[in-house]
Formats: sequence, C-alpha cells, structure tokens
Amino acid sequence: MPDGNGTIAVDIDNVTKRYGDFTALRDVSLAIADNEFFTLLGPSGCGKTTLLRCIAGFEDISAGAIRLYGDPIAELPPNRRPVNTVFQQYALFPHMDITRNVMFGLLRLGKSESEARKRAGEVLELVQLTQFATRLPAQLSGGQQQRVALARALAPNPKVLLLDEPLSALDLKLRQAVRLELQQLQHETGITFIFVTHDQEEALTMSDRIAVISDGRVQQVGTARAIYEEPNNKFVADFIGETNLIDVAVAAIDGATATCTLPGGAQFTCPAASGAHSGQGHLSVRPERVSLTDPAQAPLSGTVSRLIYLGTDMHVDVTLADGETVTARVQNSADTTIPEKGQTVGLNFEAGAARLLVD
Amino acid sequence: MAGGLGQGTGKSARTYAGLGVPLILPAWLIIGIFLVVPILIMLVYSFLTKEFRGGVIWEPTLAAYDQFFFDRGLFGDEPPKIEWTYILIFWRSIWQAGLATVLCLLIGFPTAWFIATRPPNSRTIWLFLITVPYWVNLLIRTISMKFLIRDNGPLNQWLLDAGLISEPIHVINTATAVQLGLFYSYLPFMVLPIYAAVERYNFALSEAAADLYASRWVTLTQVIIPSVKPGIIAGCILVFVPSLGAFLAPDLLGGAKNFMIGSLIEEQFKGAAGNWPFGAAAAMILLTMVLIVLIFYARSQARGAR
Ligand SMILES: Nc1ncnc2c1ncn2[C@@H]1O[C@H](COP(=O)(O)OP(=O)(O)OP(=O)(O)O)[C@@H](O)[C@H]1O
Ligand SMILES: [Mg+2]
Repeated sequence: MPDGNGTIAVDIDNVTKRYGDFTALRDVSLAIADNEFFTLLGPSGCGKTTLLRCIAGFEDISAGAIRLYGDPIAELPPNRRPVNTVFQQYALFPHMDITRNVMFGLLRLGKSESEARKRAGEVLELVQLTQFATRLPAQLSGGQQQRVALARALAPNPKVLLLDEPLSALDLKLRQAVRLELQQLQHETGITFIFVTHDQEEALTMSDRIAVISDGRVQQVGTARAIYEEPNNKFVADFIGETNLIDVAVAAIDGATATCTLPGGAQFTCPAASGAHSGQGHLSVRPERVSLTDPAQAPLSGTVSRLIYLGTDMHVDVTLADGETVTARVQNSADTTIPEKGQTVGLNFEAGAARLLVD
Repeated sequence: MAGGLGQGTGKSARTYAGLGVPLILPAWLIIGIFLVVPILIMLVYSFLTKEFRGGVIWEPTLAAYDQFFFDRGLFGDEPPKIEWTYILIFWRSIWQAGLATVLCLLIGFPTAWFIATRPPNSRTIWLFLITVPYWVNLLIRTISMKFLIRDNGPLNQWLLDAGLISEPIHVINTATAVQLGLFYSYLPFMVLPIYAAVERYNFALSEAAADLYASRWVTLTQVIIPSVKPGIIAGCILVFVPSLGAFLAPDLLGGAKNFMIGSLIEEQFKGAAGNWPFGAAAAMILLTMVLIVLIFYARSQARGAR
C-alpha cells in the first residue's frame, strides 16, 4: 500500500446490489486507501462495472454503505460526488471538439472559460493529444478517444478516478505504453485510482492492491504478489496465472500448516490458506515450481502425456496414476534434459511452493 | 463508440454512388412530374391575367403581385398605397404556425422522450397509440373538434356539470381555436422525428455529463438537446410548414376573422369568384417564405457537420 498515512479514500461496506432477483454484488467490503492504485479484477460479468457505477452514483445500492473519505455518499447524486469516471465505452460528447469535451467538467465546477481552456490544454498535453485539440471525437481512433476520456476525467482533478477497462481498445504495444503512463500519472497526481480490468497481467503489473472478484463476491484482496503466491481459494489460484490443483486428503491443520496425503500416498506438509479445513482439499502448485526428478525419490510420479514448446520454456504434462494431470514448466536451457512422451518421471516441489486452498 | 467501422463515409460512399443512379431514377421522375412541373405551372399562372369565370387569359401581367402588395383604390386609378390586408393574413399565419411549432415542441419533446425511454415492446404500443387518431381524415377530425369545443358542446357541458366553470368558455371562432386545431393536427409530426432521435441517443452521455458535475438542466441543454437537434429541427419544419399553409383549421374553427394564407389561396381556386393568378401569386410568396426557412436550416446543418 502506498504512502500509507492510513486514510481510507473509498470505504465500501457490505454493499449488495440486486437487479430484480439477480444479485450482481454480494456483501462486497473493500477499504481503498488514499493515493492507492487499486484494481478490480475478475471475469466478464462478475460485477466490476456494477461496483464502479455504485461508487459513481449511477446505481443505487440495495444494502450496505459507501463512504468517501469518511462521508457517506449514498444520498449524493452523481454530479455532486468528487469522483470522475473513464467509461468503458468512452461516452465522449460527439458534438463537442476534444478541448470542449475536456473543459466540460471544469466549466461545471465554476471555472472561467479561459482557466478551463488552459487546464484542458495541460491535460491534453499530458495524454499527448495536443495536436487533436480541435477535432471531433468521431475523427479520432479508438485509442485516441480513450485518451480523451482519460483527459476529460482527469481535468477536474478528482479525489478518486474510476477507470472501467480503459485499455481494452488499445493494441498490445500501445496498451503497454499507456500502462506505464497511467501508473506514472497516478504517482504524479496523487489521485486514488480504482481500475477495472479482466486482464490479469494488467492487474499484476500496475496495481498496489488487487481485489479478485467472481460472481459478485470479493474472493481475495492483496498485493499482486500475495494474490499470486498465496491464493486463498481455488478460484483465485486458477484465475491468476496457471496452477496445478492437486487433490489431497488433509489429515490435520495446525495453524497455518497443513499435513496432507498426496495421491500415491506420500505425506506432505505445506502452508494452508486461512479457512482451509481437514478432509478432502486441493493443493495449488505453480507449474514453474514443479521440477522433474527421478521417480524413485519424488513424492509424486506419473507418465509424460504431452510436451508443449513455448520458446524460453517447455510445458511438460504428467498424468498421475489416478488420471490427474500435473504440469511442470521447465526452463529451456542447455543443461535441462527434456523427457520424452510416455516416459515415467517424478515430480518434486518444495513445501513452500504448495498451498492448501479453501475449497 | 470507438471509431473504425461506420466511419468511412469517404471511399465506400464514392464507390457506391454510381449504383444509386438507376435506383433513384423513379424518385426523380415523381419529384419532377408531381412537384417541379406544378410549381412551374403556378409560377407561370401567377404572371397571367385573370379570367372572370376562373381560369386565365394568356396575357402576361404583374397584376396579381401588384394586387397582393398595393392598394390602388376601387377603380385602380389612385396612387398606390401599401395593401395591408394580405400582409396581415400572412403575418397572422406565420404567427399561428410559429406558435403551433413552439407548442408542439413543448409537448412533443417530453412525449417523445417518455416513449423512447420505455422498454422496447411498450414503445411500439405508445407509438401506435399516437398514430391511431391519424387514421381518420383530417377534415373529419377538425369537424369533430369544432363540435367538441362549441359553446354548448360536450367539453363546455362537462366543465359546467362539474362545476368548474359557471358559463361556457367561448373558444370557437377565435384565434385560440385555430391554434388548438393546428397543434392537434401536427403534433405527431413533432413527436415522431424527436422520438427517432432520442431512441438513437446514447444515454451514457447523460451519465458522463452527471459524472462531470452537470446538473439535470445543463445535461438537457448542453448534451441531450444538441445530440437530438436534427430530430428537433426536422419536427419543427414538419409542423411549421404545413401549419403555415393550413386551411382546414382556420376555415372550420376560426371563422371569418382568423383567415390564414391557406384559406386565402383556397378561396382563389374555388368556384367562379376565384382569381387564379392571384391565388398562384400568393402561393408563390408562401413557397418563397418556406424555402427561406429551409435554406436557413440547410445552412445551419452544413455548419454543424463541419
Ligand atoms: N441493468 C441491469 N439489469 C440487470 N442485470 C444487470 C444490469 N447491469 C448489469 N447486470 C448484470 O450484472 C452482472 C455484472 O455486470 P457488470 O457489468 O458489472 O459486469 P463486468 O464485471 O463489468 O463485466 P465486463 O468485464 O464484461 O464488463 C452481469 O451478469 C450483468 O448481466
Ligand atoms: Mg464492465
């Protein structure tokens, strides 16, 4: 978490949002710190846009509360909330040129025409659109329109900026460039960013913290590293990066350590997510943490069923005796021996690389 | 939305322009035969000498226009003075048509907005309801209206019975009655184009405006109205132009004192008392005024497109 003077910018407190009998958000609680780059990550339809719309004021929440720097904002209409949005579909005013689009919010806040024009010029320079200042939105490419939407939302210097998949219309090259720009912009302006994406790479590289959302529920909140390395449950482990989910029988849990039995009978001790319980469970092991060894000395063994060449790496799929498949990611260097299809191999991983999940 | 598709009016429009010629030919023929030729005939007639039993004598003269603008006394030998009678009728028509346009806009815009913001299936029902009365001939509807608003008609009777008024409201044969008639006749021509524009309006723009601190009023005047402006202008033209030339409402509801251009022109072509060249001249003057309005519109559109 950045600077961390402890101020909470947006406090989302047990928010539920229902559309008729469909529940789009269930008991969502998030405390987003001042000056934080906070990302909402989740698959399509999980409720990311809905949550942003609740913060911006376009949707009434069905239960719970949202506080902005301590003040409840449920009663405030969108035009009285010090929050600006970069819309998923941009929503630029088609009859106004770029400068007037950017000036719109400033004029509404009572800035004079000349002040607003000056500030619009500054912001357009920031997003490198100065030469398009007099064009209409329809005369810009998708990526350029996206940057206008960003400039328009930044111009009034809001306390909180809501960004709804702002990079989705950009091609890979531009997206990577804008990612860096956005991060830099956030550092320079000190504005709290709430950023929505369903692209995990985007989330992992840009955010201070990430909330993984699925099915209207917050699955886990944490830094990129915590989410990747210490996933709480199957959904998070599976959604972020690639992972092997291995069926185990959990014998005992002692604090944050679990003792379990791997398929094939080997005993294994590893960290457990809080809330994991004994009985049947799943271990998550990232493919890059699995190494291939001599079957006689390994806790798991099986036969190589598939080899996928990825350039720098190689994916080796190993089918265990019970039919499950475990993938190992092997570096493609001179001193690794790549097994052949059908060969019996052992699979090894350190205790710290595995994690017992909440099912 | 993102540009890309649908942006390219440039190349494709040019590529397909050639294909349009044979397809558009019938339209041009119809416009030529039924619009341009009659107007030309009228133009010619307006410069001919009148025949007393109706019809014209093929002798060119400016008499019709002269009669419209100048008063030369009963025998036509006095020095010309400005003739106010017809100018006044024109002025009254413009005023009535303008007022009808404004009223239709004030009522039509919220109506169109209401319909366009209903769920899709109920929109169809609302639109259907709007158009139902228009399946009955305008003449019959205007006569029914006359019957309704008479001093001893049902409307007054209801109000009297309900105790809301103590004596009948006199509306028939007033300018108000004409206004009511025009408003009622042309309201759908305002509602339908505005509805079409609002239906295409991207409501995310209203959210964007609210997000950028705009009040409802500012959102309406600076975002919504500019976005649906083509529909509003089309509606205004569709109400103003036929109102200007209307003759049923003024004839049936207005009585002798509320004569409008349409009635004036109609009189000139009716029976033996008519004066064809004068009627043609009045029609040409009306047409010129309408064209001026349309040119203004076309120019404002061209400016907007740039
Ligand atoms: N107005 C509405 N009425 C009913 N259901 C809605 C409405 N708006 C959204 N939903 C539903 O709520 C769920 C969450 O929608 P939301 O737009 O928040 O998804 P999202 O996470 O932003 O997805 P995406 O990544 O595709 O943008 C979806 O299942 C959607 O169908
Ligand atoms: Mg969305």
